[in-house]
Amino acid sequence: MRFLLQRTAFYLFTAWAAITLNFLIPRLVPGDPVQSLISRNQGRISADAIASLRVLFGLDRDQNMWEQYVDYWRQILHGDLGLSFTFFPTPVSTVIGDSLPWTVGLVGVTTVVSFLLGTALGVGAGWRRGSWVDALLPATTFLSSIPYFWLGLVAIAVFTGPGSFFPSSGGYEPGLVPAFDQYFVPSAVRHSVLPAATILVSSMSGWILSMRNMMVTVSSEDYITVAHAKGLSERRVALGYAARNALLPNVSGFALSLGFIVGGTLLVEIVFSYPGLGYQLFQAVGYKDYPLMQGIFLIITVSVLVANLLADVAYLLLDPRTRKS
Amino acid sequence: MLEIRGLRVDYGLGDQAVRAVHDVDLTLHRGEVLGLAGESGSGKSTLAYGLTRLLPPPGVVAGGQVLHHRTDGPPVDVLALTPAQLRAYRWAETSIVFQGAMNSLNPVHKVSTQLHDVIRAHEPDSTRAGRRARARDLLRLVGISADRLDSYPHQLSGGMRQRVMIAMALALEPQVVIMDEPTTALDVVMQRQILGQLAELRRKLGFAVLFITHDLSLLVEFSDRIAIMYGGRIVEEAPAAQLYGRALHPYTDGLLHSFPALHGPRRELTGIPGSPPDLRAMPTGCAFHPRCPRAFAPCAGELPPLGPPADDDPRRAVACWLHPAGATAPGRPIPTAEPTDHP
Repeated sequence: MRFLLQRTAFYLFTAWAAITLNFLIPRLVPGDPVQSLISRNQGRISADAIASLRVLFGLDRDQNMWEQYVDYWRQILHGDLGLSFTFFPTPVSTVIGDSLPWTVGLVGVTTVVSFLLGTALGVGAGWRRGSWVDALLPATTFLSSIPYFWLGLVAIAVFTGPGSFFPSSGGYEPGLVPAFDQYFVPSAVRHSVLPAATILVSSMSGWILSMRNMMVTVSSEDYITVAHAKGLSERRVALGYAARNALLPNVSGFALSLGFIVGGTLLVEIVFSYPGLGYQLFQAVGYKDYPLMQGIFLIITVSVLVANLLADVAYLLLDPRTRKS
Repeated sequence: MLEIRGLRVDYGLGDQAVRAVHDVDLTLHRGEVLGLAGESGSGKSTLAYGLTRLLPPPGVVAGGQVLHHRTDGPPVDVLALTPAQLRAYRWAETSIVFQGAMNSLNPVHKVSTQLHDVIRAHEPDSTRAGRRARARDLLRLVGISADRLDSYPHQLSGGMRQRVMIAMALALEPQVVIMDEPTTALDVVMQRQILGQLAELRRKLGFAVLFITHDLSLLVEFSDRIAIMYGGRIVEEAPAAQLYGRALHPYTDGLLHSFPALHGPRRELTGIPGSPPDLRAMPTGCAFHPRCPRAFAPCAGELPPLGPPADDDPRRAVACWLHPAGATAPGRPIPTAEPTDHP
């Protein structure tokens, strides 16, 4: 328990540091949001509009750094991340709120599925090491070394085109209104098949390999021999003894990969023009949309920290040796 | 009780195979402690793993029989059991206490879980409460308080872990317990304690023990009979007191002079010159002859058979040209030795 509190305190500190950096960096960049809006509109903004924009962005008040910092925190705690330039005047929180479900839906589901499938296959391959299954291992090594986006490009080239079942871009049929109805849901699923398969194929191999190797390592432990000598069923030895112990490193790896759901598959979303957070970040960079970038970075930071905390908790639950009595 | 006949164990297959155990015949009688001693690489652990079919690859049992004589019914050949039969046989009839007390327990399961699962695997009808009570009794049997049931292995000391392993080995009241260097990882005081406890448990429960160690002085005190292995063969077999009093094989003699006895008069310690034979290139004849201080003409040429020496107690057997076989035909069977009562 004390350990958990310590970890939580550590993560809170890290979150504070990350958010503070997030506050500082844009203020160290020359120019301000209004100036970049002016340059985006190539000077076709009247003086009145500029003045009202300055009010809107809160640049009219003469605040020192500390007051701004306090204000920034107040805003964050209210969920107010400022206004996006790209989708001006939509608030950043709304933009993120719209694209987050796409990313979590696509990458989140594929991450979980790839972990579960990959680990299960790895357990099987590790337990039956030396059999024909080992012949498939070089293929998984090959697949895990292929970058997502390249596989995505290949998938687009091969499976999409005029008359193809699979669309090459987007999250749903243009013209549909996002809702849980019989038009939208099948369309969204159809659009997600190729990106999901791409992620699955290239990320699952890693889980298979690491689980298989851990299984092989654990299988030579003395307690596995003891379990066999005890006359336990093959299944009980494989799952309760070998897999249970081999799982530990994979679980922490999995928790960490959960943290990268939000930011990690940017390239897949770009390749498939998938309306997720990664694609949004890509656009924000293109348009120098600092508030949006800041907002997305904040989300990424928080999710990585939460995932780390989850990894700690998972390890605590699974490995009694980490619990201090 | 347990009769090993012509057991051969190889590492590897085909031309690459290296024979680690050569045609070993060994009999463990009901209720006795049979010590098996030898240097590292002499094949003693391989023999134990082979007879329980626990050899890790590339170890292969190349031939022989391991007959388990039951009080009720015909003997079974352990090496011919089907996987399901083997699972049922293991632990219920022959349990094992392994070398590494530290690593024999699964670190992520509680002691109780590991005691329960062996009972449940062999007695699927047992109730949860029944298993818990059994586990409690078992721990008490080896002198550990029952509230340790919910401990994890890392919370126990090395001695406690080994005692938990002994408790686990006795969980199903097997007739045979194989102990493969059970106390090697422990300090001398703990060794004494555990061995004392073991002797007492054996008197109470009456199981037979195959005790494997390189520590001959330990065996002399603890076992009824001792078999000495060298280069994958049994080279001498005798009641413990006789072997200690007068070793026939020069190798046994060398072993006896390599250890200080805990009791008894002081003796000068000498080692055995040279190193154990390379299994890939075994010496011709008697495997020990290159290191033997008393080697003579026939040793390099011909393998001495294991049998009772002509001029000695028929309960002994030795494979050495210094003590050629007597009137009885060379080889088996060895007359049975009565288990002597040792403190």
